[in-house]
Amino acid sequence: MLEIKNLHVQLEDEDKQILKGVNLTVGAGQVHAIMGPNGSGKSTLSYVLSGKSGYEVTDGTAILDDVDLLDLDPEERAAAGLFLAFQYPVEIPGVGNMTFLRTAVNSQRKARGEDEMSAGDFLKFIREKAKSLKIDADMLKRPVNVGFSGGEKKRNEILQMAMLEPKMCILDETDSGLDVDAMKLVAEGVNALRSEGRSFLVITHYQRLLDHIKPDVVHIMADGRIIKSGGPELALEVENNGYADLLAEVA
Amino acid sequence: MTVASKIAADPRLDGLTVPAGGWPTTARSSALMRLQTMGLPVKRDEYWRYTDPSALVCEAPLPCDPLQTSTPIFGTIDKTRLVFVDGVFDAEQSDNPDLAGVEITRLSEVNDLDLHWAQGLYGKLEEAGQSPVARPLAALNTAQATEGMLVRVTGKPKKPLHISYRQSSKTSEAILHHVIKVEAGAELTLLETGTPGARSNVVLEVDIADGGTLHHIRPQGRAHGRHVATHLFARVATEATLKSFTMSLNGQLTRNEIVTEIVGDDAAVHVGGACVGDGDAFHHDDTVFITHDAVNCESRQVFKKVLRNGATGVFQGKILVKAGAQKTDGYQISQALLLDGDSQFLAKPELEIYADDVACSHGSTSGAIDEDAMFYLRSRGVPEKEAQNLLVIAFLGEALDEIENEDLAADLQSRLEAWFSRHST
Repeated sequence: MLEIKNLHVQLEDEDKQILKGVNLTVGAGQVHAIMGPNGSGKSTLSYVLSGKSGYEVTDGTAILDDVDLLDLDPEERAAAGLFLAFQYPVEIPGVGNMTFLRTAVNSQRKARGEDEMSAGDFLKFIREKAKSLKIDADMLKRPVNVGFSGGEKKRNEILQMAMLEPKMCILDETDSGLDVDAMKLVAEGVNALRSEGRSFLVITHYQRLLDHIKPDVVHIMADGRIIKSGGPELALEVENNGYADLLAEVA
Repeated sequence: MTVASKIAADPRLDGLTVPAGGWPTTARSSALMRLQTMGLPVKRDEYWRYTDPSALVCEAPLPCDPLQTSTPIFGTIDKTRLVFVDGVFDAEQSDNPDLAGVEITRLSEVNDLDLHWAQGLYGKLEEAGQSPVARPLAALNTAQATEGMLVRVTGKPKKPLHISYRQSSKTSEAILHHVIKVEAGAELTLLETGTPGARSNVVLEVDIADGGTLHHIRPQGRAHGRHVATHLFARVATEATLKSFTMSLNGQLTRNEIVTEIVGDDAAVHVGGACVGDGDAFHHDDTVFITHDAVNCESRQVFKKVLRNGATGVFQGKILVKAGAQKTDGYQISQALLLDGDSQFLAKPELEIYADDVACSHGSTSGAIDEDAMFYLRSRGVPEKEAQNLLVIAFLGEALDEIENEDLAADLQSRLEAWFSRHST
């Protein structure tokens, strides 16, 4: 599914290396988690994969099902099946949530040479998805993320994920700013989307989220590299002992 | 320079005579005298600091190719239409002006028709609006105009009155002067659309009596080479409402002045505009002056411009709160979205307040498109151009929200969308 090889990234504006050779392979249908201390490059990895400007890839590749993502514009990556759930979803005044979602769904369909979804079909589709995430009609009508609570913003991210049906989902600290109930709701939304053809890369600081979204593989990232990979037990180890032991082990 | 030498130096004014035609002649003569005293505007005038008026006052209009009409604006809305072609009324293309609740008289036909209400207004609101700032183009208009409509609103007509401008000649000059009197408790929606001529000078004098309402919606036509000066002079009485909205796409030089005096308590004035400019020949200027001279009144100015490829936008907006105009609620915002580094927005927001119990605020911003929002949209699969159009239309949409009638707002919105989809290459 997703294969990242030797990925080196630096900031465009300053001579600062952030990713220093990331290697990561996520198989179809798998859930991988990335944990790591602040500043280890986790969020940078998610931005670079989804095509945010300001970063320069100096070496390496990131292939999603035969497509080299790093050559593509953000919208092309999305059409190729990549989705990033933002840590801080952006507020867009004046653009209705529904309009935004319909434009996104149909843009991707168009890019893939598929027919656009009719207004009726779209409405039916979004109502069904929104209901399971407890997103009411009012939230669909309001401008994108404007005035949404932290929990509403994250649920809105998962709604977009459900509507766009990506192959590869990256969740960037989706648990940040959520209370226990909201986290559960979001995790249920994610779990409902798990399937053989869809993989997840879950970036988190805390093991807590992984109680709800059970990973197949856990990676520890530090100083721009993945320093250790293992099963779900690795997350528990971090939760109990912190990163210090792991970092010492590698050093 | 003395006033006298200014007159002597301006051959354009020497040859001016006042058109004959009934009682307006008096107002015309008075306006010509006032004009000769103030002289035509020049770039060094403080009020023309950001906009060069020379193309508006040179001897002959610069040529402007008329725009081929496509789908008529507000085409699906039932209305009574009065058509002016190159500044001249065209009865054949117009609807029968029988609209219950409205009396309509053509300016060129008044002669000595006794229109007491109009005689008290024609040129009078324009003259009152000459202080504290001279507006010579408006005086020129009063002195020279022979065309326009005198509209008295006595009821609440079921449909909007539509003044529709069309340009057919490449070099036409249109000078139009309309007077709208909204009687107590009456209400009118006035649509004013299109390009009057290659060069045009349009004055609208509006008097709204107690409890009256005027909605004025003005999409200014898309002819690229047009030069336009407009003035809206309004006097707003107790519990009366004026809402005026202008949309400007294209055009070479546009100066829209709005001068409003709130003279009765509990009245409201909302003026707004959305403007889209493309190319370094584009120059668009909104100049607004709102005077509060009564208690507990509200005024709102909401102006948004999207500028690209070297276009220039100007906003000069002032709220004057006179002594005694307590409980005034004045709001003013002017914002520009600059789509490249070559475009510019010049803003001069002003407040002048002589009462102590008022809430007035003004703000002005200019900036580039929000890169975070762009990335967010694109990461969801929306292509770059489409994402930009969505954000630009959302930006202008906040100005369109000022329009109360949703059907009219939707028509303007769809025109904006069409403009951006045509121009996003």
